[in-house]
Amino acid sequence: MEKYDIVIIGGGPAGLAAAVAARKAGTKSILILERDRELGGILNQCIHNGFGLHTFQEELTGPEYAARFEAQVLELGIEYRLNTMVMDISREKLITAMNRERGMYQIQAGAIVLAMGCRERSRGALNIPGYRPAGIYSAGTAQRLVNMEGYMPGRKVVILGSGDIGLIMARRMTLEGAEVKVVAELMPYSGGLKRNIVQCLDDYGIPLKLSHTVTDIKGKERVEGITLAAVDERGKPIPGTEEDYECDTLLLSVGLIPENELSGQMGVELNSVTSGPVVNESLETSVDGVFACGNVLHVHDLVDFVSEEAAMAGKNAAHYVKDYVEKCTEKSSGYGKVISIQPTGGVRYTVPSFIRPENMVDQLTIRFRVGSVYKKCYVSVYIGEERIIHKKRPVMAPGEMEEIKLEKSRLIGCRDYETVRIQIEEA
Amino acid sequence: MYDVIIIGAGVSGSAAARELSRYNVKVCVLEKSEDVCCGTSKANSGIVHAGYDAAPGSLMAKLNVQGNRMMGQLSKELEFPFQRKGSLVVCRSKEELPVLMRLKEQGEENGVEGLEILNPEQALALEPNLTEQVEAALYAPTAGIVCPFGLNIALAENACENGVEFHFDTEVESIEKVNRGFLLKTDSGDYRARYVVNAAGVYADVFHNMVSSRKLHITPRKGEYFLLDKGAGDHVSRTIFALPGKLGKGVLVTPTVHGNLLVGPTAADIENKEGTNTTGDGLAAISEKAGQNVRNLPLKKVITSFAGLRAHEDGHDFIIEEAEDAPGFIDCAGIESPGLTSAPAVGLRIAEILREKMRLQQKPDFQGQRKGILNPELFSMEERNRLIQEQPAYGHIICRCEMISEGEILDAIHRPLGARSLDGVKRRTRAGMGRCQAGFCSPRTMEILARELGVSMEEITKAGGGSGLIVGTNKDVL
Repeated sequence: MEKYDIVIIGGGPAGLAAAVAARKAGTKSILILERDRELGGILNQCIHNGFGLHTFQEELTGPEYAARFEAQVLELGIEYRLNTMVMDISREKLITAMNRERGMYQIQAGAIVLAMGCRERSRGALNIPGYRPAGIYSAGTAQRLVNMEGYMPGRKVVILGSGDIGLIMARRMTLEGAEVKVVAELMPYSGGLKRNIVQCLDDYGIPLKLSHTVTDIKGKERVEGITLAAVDERGKPIPGTEEDYECDTLLLSVGLIPENELSGQMGVELNSVTSGPVVNESLETSVDGVFACGNVLHVHDLVDFVSEEAAMAGKNAAHYVKDYVEKCTEKSSGYGKVISIQPTGGVRYTVPSFIRPENMVDQLTIRFRVGSVYKKCYVSVYIGEERIIHKKRPVMAPGEMEEIKLEKSRLIGCRDYETVRIQIEEA
Repeated sequence: MYDVIIIGAGVSGSAAARELSRYNVKVCVLEKSEDVCCGTSKANSGIVHAGYDAAPGSLMAKLNVQGNRMMGQLSKELEFPFQRKGSLVVCRSKEELPVLMRLKEQGEENGVEGLEILNPEQALALEPNLTEQVEAALYAPTAGIVCPFGLNIALAENACENGVEFHFDTEVESIEKVNRGFLLKTDSGDYRARYVVNAAGVYADVFHNMVSSRKLHITPRKGEYFLLDKGAGDHVSRTIFALPGKLGKGVLVTPTVHGNLLVGPTAADIENKEGTNTTGDGLAAISEKAGQNVRNLPLKKVITSFAGLRAHEDGHDFIIEEAEDAPGFIDCAGIESPGLTSAPAVGLRIAEILREKMRLQQKPDFQGQRKGILNPELFSMEERNRLIQEQPAYGHIICRCEMISEGEILDAIHRPLGARSLDGVKRRTRAGMGRCQAGFCSPRTMEILARELGVSMEEITKAGGGSGLIVGTNKDVL
């Protein structure tokens, strides 16, 4: 049976950055397993620009951004296998994979980095009534067809959901010759980045209807039209507000779901808010030596932060392998001192969920999202009754991931099981 | 000139075709859709009913019990998924106990074996997620679940392998009695046959009424469903029914043969025979009723919803007989639930009628075994590797949710009556049926279909007809 020190599940931006960081941290035996026919993941279909501002101080397209990391992977001689599906991972880190050439085979990993990304929520999960004709696509599927294969999925388009892919696709479909009639959003605010609303809708005169949803889909064979209705504060359609739109295509950009079927099967504990693994300061999951990063951990807005997070997961996986080899023993059970991070008062979740102060870096980035729109507010962090951070923010929205930095020096003196609370406070 | 034309390639028409293919007789099936299993047969509960629901003495009761008995053997001959898991009818109030007792007696009269009334402890022991309000439950060990597509497709494929012709995209527009038979005018030419089997589902009344003055009337009775993720598949291990009401058996909760959980159906009489749309009211009604008999249903795990139409005839019984004033015209009408269960018996009955009338002779070379599409999930690693070595396409996963490889998809396309659309591939292999609902695999599957069928991507459809998926190429209208 093959053995690798670190096996990385997924060759998208998270997997590539994790691999590069693990190699730079000294691990020689690394293998990336990728199910698609090239490295780079979803970045390959994101041909718009705006990637890399944080990482490279340049505006790159998705494929260009991916290419930078692919080049490093090649240069560092990191092994990867394409068109390879991981079928199963055991708690003992025995990976079962399959491809055409090798058939079904097993690999024993010393550490694993989960970097499988996410999938789009489908129409079915939304319970939109109506027929089930051709012409209903998730925005990402349409993006793949248009940007990678050159095919137009439709001419007259309505988009439900104002997630970033939906906004980007509104512009793309317009540029490729389709008419985008409207973008409807169930919530009273957009789920996408502000810059995308400006650059993809406003600049092209595409209306955004907040607090609206699709209540009917017409057409038995191909979409012929949809009905939009305004919704009340509980998201229920308000009778009498229905408006019909003639269209042949409905694109859905209604949320992304981390793909954790493999993680769940191997017994990794999942967070019900993010649908991603619960991780500690090292981005290690509840299964020893299994790390997670990128959209499989929690859905990101910017790939730069995926790369940053993944580099940390890769580095920590390398450290884990090194410790394991040097000590030649299982890690002692128990974590030592554990501080849990409690999201309260408007904060929906945090990554990580808990911290072992002895293991943390001097300044640890905590990423989180808020549950609704806040203006002129503070992000406050408490240890017990003591407020250690009080940072002013002009505006915060669910569509934009937030971060704060915790100092090791502030946590090292905490008692075991003490909690760090993060909350939003009005100005 | 055919000896027999069957209208409709649903489960009844396909079962009749397969039974007739045992004999020396020239049979053709005309189907308006692009594939088999495109109407009522594709959108139902996938239940093999035990047979206690139908009135004793009815044809429904007889064929239900007979079909149930035939299903096990048939699933082995034709290799389609069938599991005899049992079912429970849940009674939640003391006042309704007599209804449950009556159901048991009725079942026994119909010849259903093994029926038992369970007390609450026994019922909860079998199904821990049952409502705690359960007063009693009727346990039917002979009930089961079947893949409705699998059954229908297997019957049709086997009929085809034994010489039955299938003509798709062929809609019958009129039927006339002519000398020694019938003339059927369709949107793709005229057909003549000595005998006609009318297995047209919700349209069976329309065709019957073209040749007979004794009119039938079929009401499409809509049933809406939720299909839940495999993560919820073991919430119950048997089919859980409510006590039957006026419009049918009520909302059930059942595992499917593929490991999902199915919740539904509603029952609403409608006018439109094409009205397979789901409705806000219908979906809300399922959510409301689903929890009455099963606790903690994880309705957040819904991956899709759909609606089907039951072909409800006013007399509420199967009509499988020669039309009185149209000799040679054999009706197979009013096939609503338990039509899927009864299908093997329905096919047999139609073949019996025709065998007698036409004095049919058995074909010595009838081949009753059909090889299903492989399910490599059940293989050992060694078996799987042998398969991949011979056919590398089995090593290439296309549908990541259901873990379906290119090998299964190629088989689905190239076998008799092979898939020609995304839905055709989906019904045969489950590719695209999982939690992402074909988001990732549809471009891949479309590509495979285009390559294998030798057509352009623009010609690939979701389900035939005007259901094209691609309208052109980038900037082609600019």
